[in-house]
Amino acid sequence: MDWGAVGLTLKLAALTTLTLAVIGLPLAYWLATTRRAWRPIVDAAVAVPLLLPPTVLGFYFLMATGPETFVGRLWARLFDSTIPFSFSGVLLASVLYNLPFAVRPFTSGFAAVDRRLIEAARCLGASAPRTFTAVVLPLSWPAVLTGLVLAFAHTVGEFGVVLMVGGNIPGVSRTIALSIYDDVQALDYAGANEASAVLLMFAVAVLAFTYSLQRKGLPL
Amino acid sequence: MLDVDIAFRYPNGPGVECRWQHPIDESRVTVLLGSSGSGKTTVLRCLAGLERPQRGHIRFGDVVWFDAHSGVNLSPDLRDVGVLFQDYALFPHLTVERNLAFAAHGLPRIDSTRRVAELLEVFRLRGLETRFPRELSGGQQQRVALARAVFRRPKLLLLDEPLSALDRATGDEVRDELHTLIHSLRIPAYIVSHDRADALTLADVTVLLDEGRIIQQGTTLQVFEAPATPAAAKLVGVDTVLVGRIASVENGLARVVVGGQEITAGAPAEAGHETALCIRAEDVTIALHDAADVSASNRWPAVVRSANIEGPFVRVGLDCGFRLSALVTRDTWRRLALKPGDRAWAMVKATTIRALPR
Repeated sequence: MDWGAVGLTLKLAALTTLTLAVIGLPLAYWLATTRRAWRPIVDAAVAVPLLLPPTVLGFYFLMATGPETFVGRLWARLFDSTIPFSFSGVLLASVLYNLPFAVRPFTSGFAAVDRRLIEAARCLGASAPRTFTAVVLPLSWPAVLTGLVLAFAHTVGEFGVVLMVGGNIPGVSRTIALSIYDDVQALDYAGANEASAVLLMFAVAVLAFTYSLQRKGLPL
Repeated sequence: MLDVDIAFRYPNGPGVECRWQHPIDESRVTVLLGSSGSGKTTVLRCLAGLERPQRGHIRFGDVVWFDAHSGVNLSPDLRDVGVLFQDYALFPHLTVERNLAFAAHGLPRIDSTRRVAELLEVFRLRGLETRFPRELSGGQQQRVALARAVFRRPKLLLLDEPLSALDRATGDEVRDELHTLIHSLRIPAYIVSHDRADALTLADVTVLLDEGRIIQQGTTLQVFEAPATPAAAKLVGVDTVLVGRIASVENGLARVVVGGQEITAGAPAEAGHETALCIRAEDVTIALHDAADVSASNRWPAVVRSANIEGPFVRVGLDCGFRLSALVTRDTWRRLALKPGDRAWAMVKATTIRALPR
């Protein structure tokens, strides 16, 4: 087992999930409650990674963040580093790629909260943020937890985007999925089998957990 | 003064266009009466700040709640209103106590605890503190919702169809209760309803809404006694509304004296209370002579004032000491051979009179 890869994978998955909680929850809440005409466009943009080959996303991500691009130069000035082939780059791409896995469950959870409860909270003097934390979240936590777990698990198993954006650099972008690929290339089937079995069991456990959440449904 | 002049339209949907200026009087109850789709709930939502009108303004006292021109639109939490939603919108994940205390945000804890205790008392919710909304009856849920709405001592109460979620019998009971509570709260209230009984029981002022517009407004009696247009008459529905004080109650029957005549009807309240008696024109029998052998317990001498043909029927205006409207077939009218100025008798069964407490 490549323990360095395991540690890196968990770090990437944890940070991706955290970032998605920070930007995904407000985004999903907006999607669930807005009446703006261009909402479907944002919906579609969030969902695109579901259909896109990871290589396509990785390719455009590289094109957009290379050292000669505006984003790349800004990044270089701010952090004195490049986005491609760095851990930050892998994290950014991973957040983008996992957006639908988190935001879609969040959104459907928020949309299932009776709108009148939100209005009632506002009429009782609660600000929008307090309404969110005191009414919406307590009534949609299974959906939120599902989104976070799915995003975490999906990041753990991600291959294409990490390889495209991060290369395969130990300590920077060599996650478990990539280490399995390397093992197979090196004909080390025993090593590949060990790591694969762990990932398989992890995936089954995660799905069993989310399905049990769904069966429970929303509380009350 | 509540100064309202708004136009609001849902995308591809119906709209409302309303204008009124009402003095703000702490004990004044206004009912916005309209059939479903008349836009009455939309008006209430605009007042609460839940919808943003496309045009106009809403001013409460000297506070501008909304002004399309200057772009002011206070969010609901800043308007100082208490809203009772149609099916109460109680937070399902919070107990009765915590539903009430939700409104206490920003208050010192000790004040909040005291206010919760006070409201539990006033709204007869003691003993239910730790129940969840789903464990309450409809009437109890409504009391919790109303207690929650008045927690912050709002300057205006907005009630959306407060009784429509209840069955008829419970509704009548809760209406009485609501009547007492609203008046004891001393907060001006606007109530949206499609049920004329709500207006007759609760309202000092009635505003009639049809297709998003106000078609008539005035004191409840004015509106019910003299609907100005056919649409208003249809909304008001009852043909004769009489208001009087209950002189006595015996065996569940009330004796009410109006215009020198004694009227018997099912008692809506104790003796001494006011009541509104609703009599439908089709329930009035016209006879040429008094007859003691008919079942109707109300028999009044009357003078015919008017007769107008309405399709196969004739609407007869009678003066019994009060104005009474009767509806008979054209055949009957021909057979009776009455004309304005003639004397006759009007008979109404006590069971057909709807007596509402006021």
